[in-house]
Amino acid sequence: MTNFEQWEGFKGRLWKEEINTRDFIQKNYKPYEGDSSFLEGPTEATNILWGKLQELQKEERAKGGILDMETEVVSTLTAYGPGYIDEETKDLEKIVGLQTDKPLKRAFMPFGGIRMAISACETNGYKPNPKFEKIFTEYSRTHNQGVFDAYTPEMKKLRHNKIVTGLPDTYGRGRIVGDYRRVALYGIDYLIKKKNEDLINCGDGTMTDDVIRTREEVALQIRALYDMKKMASTYGFDISGPAKNAKEACQWLYFGYLAAIKTQNGAAMSVGRISTFLDIYIQRDLEKGIITESEAQELIDHMVMKFRMVKFARIPSYNQLFSGDPVWATLEVGGIGVDGRSMVTKTCYRFLHTLENMGPSPEPNLTVLYSSALPENFKKYAAEISIRTSSVQYENDDVMKPVWGDDYSICCCVSATQTGKEMQFFGARANLAKCLLYAINGGVDVVTREQVGPPYRPITSEYLDYGEVISKFENMMDWLAGAYVNTLNLIQYMHDKYYYEAAEMALIDTDVRRTFATGIAGFSHVVDSLSAIKYAKVKVIRDQDGIAVDYETTGDFPRYGNDDDRADDIAVWLLKTFLDKIKRHHTYRNSEPTTSILTITSNVVYGKATGNMPNGRRAGEPLSPGANPSYNAEQNGLLASLNSVAKLPYCWALDGISNTQTINPDALGHTEAEQTKNLVQVMDGYFDQGAHHLNVNVFGKDKLIDAMEHPEKEEYANFTIRVSGYAVKFIDLTKEQQMDVISRTCHATM
Amino acid sequence: MENITGIVNNIETFGLVDGPGVRFVAFLQGCNMRCKYCHNPETWDKNRGKEWTAEDLFNRAYRYKGYWGKDGGITISGGEPLLQIEFVTEVFRLAKEKGVHTTLDTSGQPFKNDPAFLNKFNELLKYTDLVMLDLKEIETDKHKSLTGFYNENILEMAKYLSEKNIKMWIRHVLVPDHTDDQAGLIKLNKFIKSLKTVDRVEILPYHTLGIVKWAEEKLDYPLEGVPVPTDEQIKRAEELLEIKN
Repeated sequence: MTNFEQWEGFKGRLWKEEINTRDFIQKNYKPYEGDSSFLEGPTEATNILWGKLQELQKEERAKGGILDMETEVVSTLTAYGPGYIDEETKDLEKIVGLQTDKPLKRAFMPFGGIRMAISACETNGYKPNPKFEKIFTEYSRTHNQGVFDAYTPEMKKLRHNKIVTGLPDTYGRGRIVGDYRRVALYGIDYLIKKKNEDLINCGDGTMTDDVIRTREEVALQIRALYDMKKMASTYGFDISGPAKNAKEACQWLYFGYLAAIKTQNGAAMSVGRISTFLDIYIQRDLEKGIITESEAQELIDHMVMKFRMVKFARIPSYNQLFSGDPVWATLEVGGIGVDGRSMVTKTCYRFLHTLENMGPSPEPNLTVLYSSALPENFKKYAAEISIRTSSVQYENDDVMKPVWGDDYSICCCVSATQTGKEMQFFGARANLAKCLLYAINGGVDVVTREQVGPPYRPITSEYLDYGEVISKFENMMDWLAGAYVNTLNLIQYMHDKYYYEAAEMALIDTDVRRTFATGIAGFSHVVDSLSAIKYAKVKVIRDQDGIAVDYETTGDFPRYGNDDDRADDIAVWLLKTFLDKIKRHHTYRNSEPTTSILTITSNVVYGKATGNMPNGRRAGEPLSPGANPSYNAEQNGLLASLNSVAKLPYCWALDGISNTQTINPDALGHTEAEQTKNLVQVMDGYFDQGAHHLNVNVFGKDKLIDAMEHPEKEEYANFTIRVSGYAVKFIDLTKEQQMDVISRTCHATM
Repeated sequence: MENITGIVNNIETFGLVDGPGVRFVAFLQGCNMRCKYCHNPETWDKNRGKEWTAEDLFNRAYRYKGYWGKDGGITISGGEPLLQIEFVTEVFRLAKEKGVHTTLDTSGQPFKNDPAFLNKFNELLKYTDLVMLDLKEIETDKHKSLTGFYNENILEMAKYLSEKNIKMWIRHVLVPDHTDDQAGLIKLNKFIKSLKTVDRVEILPYHTLGIVKWAEEKLDYPLEGVPVPTDEQIKRAEELLEIKN
């Protein structure tokens, strides 16, 4: 058993025998059942630094969304010396470390794709050193080049026709959460020692493909660990050994995360479940009397400030897909342990409290792992923060825990992953709304007029017959699932080869479990269209080429979002059917296939490429986001809508089912106490039924419209709203996205 | 009573201002009054809406039990629910069998102090936890001009509920220059004070969100141009009605 003097006072054995952060947490954390009255406001240092950062953010916005970009240095762990929010105030920064040498400056990251990296600079008026193009095309290759060299014509067609979109083939796939806590608990040297042992124990000596690949990967991980030490040393820290106090624990952990965001530009770069872990260190220091509550809060505030500064260089088409410059620095609080003890600690409060100390913010993507059995005080505090800031999302611990245990993190917007035990192959989404239209038109895309799917016989009848549509739709889904999984297999292979996440994987067990995350877009429109075909009369309108271009629906039909089983049963069928079809196929590195119903803000872009639908949705209109019901479909209020979504079994969509709802504060109750109580009841009722996720916004339409018209108003500078699976500053959305948010149902009872 | 049916205009599963807590609200079809500020004129006509059995409506509502916590429940509103008193009684009876809190949201217009009506009304009250009663105007002539009906029977109903020890919330829609004169509010307050079981008095500030519905119904809006009350006007009215926030 290993022992370090830094571990003095910590209990337990197993985590000293092997790398096991969970065991350390379980043996040492102290549940907190009290209320929020212990919390402290911002320190003077916090106010000064946050003030400076807000100035920088303002400047960034004034410059069109980019403050500065790197053009001369390729981002690696050791590419830069130290960087601070401001040289003059660097001593005030309790937690240090920037992605580049300057705050909010975007790094040059070519390994995902050199063309994307150059174009990101050029579209923002920066000119990267021309040698990079030569280096990364002539002398070396990138992920993007590998993918496009290997893509089949069919895959390019899928992509071009946007039936499969948002594929991570030009940038990092993200969604891998290193167990950054390991840096603090064990120190880098111990982690290197353990990885060296893995290298020795890898295989039986026979050099199969798998063994060779694993050996190379572990070697890369070990190199990354050495580089992390170098990176930390430029800031004057030696992270070879474990952290000895709370400040070091926060700093060490942050260095682990910083290593990830210096080397990878994945769409989602989550922080993970860190609050209860850090609380153990803070609690030890508080008990020893070496820090005060105010100092503890300051550490968390300063750490969160850093998470608020994470930036990547993106191209315009990326920004359309993921609007508002998100990075999904997702960070979880709350949850209940396998042994039934609440995992809420004071540091869970401290993280939520950053939204009060420094105002609302989209990042980090604060996520409450919810259960109706959480301490009432904590549920109330989270609801209060939601009502005041609309910056928090909720995910159901009761449904995730049986699958992922009690030490999972959220690796993207809503997808769970076991911290330090798993990695995920992110695979974007297939547009099932388009797939339904392909089924009707025999594989022809009504928007592009290309034969994309297989040329099955189209439907030729004047009125759509439910049985015929279902059978053709199933055939088309069979094809799509196969083509989609195939494309993803290729992408993941190339990503491993050219853009391997060595720093993150160094903080994950070598014997890693892999999940293969697919996704569904256009969910509610397919359900409502099938319901229209089943329960009303849908007449097909064809053009001179015989292509079905529009539908005339007469009669009423049940819509998903009203707690009506006739529609909701179709929704459940759709999810299960698609998942089964995905599961039939071989998935890269024997990963476990999962699916999701979440679209992020990409619902707007997906909608543009989707034709008229039998449920009355017009061509080009945004798809509804995630698992949300279609626009204006909800006729019976919020709870009916929630009940519909809650019927989708999480076990069939282990990658997540996102649901975003906006509640008018006046409709939620008269006083804040009443509003808080009511919101808690809504969440208890929703999650007790097994629902997975809820984004809660509390504001009225008027405020959105005013913010859209007057983005310059001071009060809107940090006005944050939850969209599908993440939060954004409303004024950073495109006008189109803003209109989309406004047009969605705002639940207000008159 | 098993197959008793009622006509429902629509349901709202997330009602938070129609009684205590989170509530399932059923808006019944049909109302005799023609209040100038009505924000749901589509509920007036008795010949529209959808027929529900009491049992179906209750079962639908009961699906939301998990959201109600300790104080939520079912509210029946309208339209005017007392026009379908047997239906409401049956829904509430089913609710009380399951221990669900029941609230009746009424304007009191169908109330008659005669045995035929009172028999039915007493049966309903057996299963009613709270009555939310709209007192739209205390002066009967003004009440007639505002709603099309005099208010004597409505005030009588308030007294009757007080006598029967039924808990009440009194609500008053505040329309500038129509229902906000000082003398009227003082008199209204005095009347409310004479009742023993009033648990809460609420000012509902007039809003214009109903105007579109009048247009949809192809009706001329009688309060065209009337502004919504200012915060000061609301505060003044609350003071006159001695409402403490």
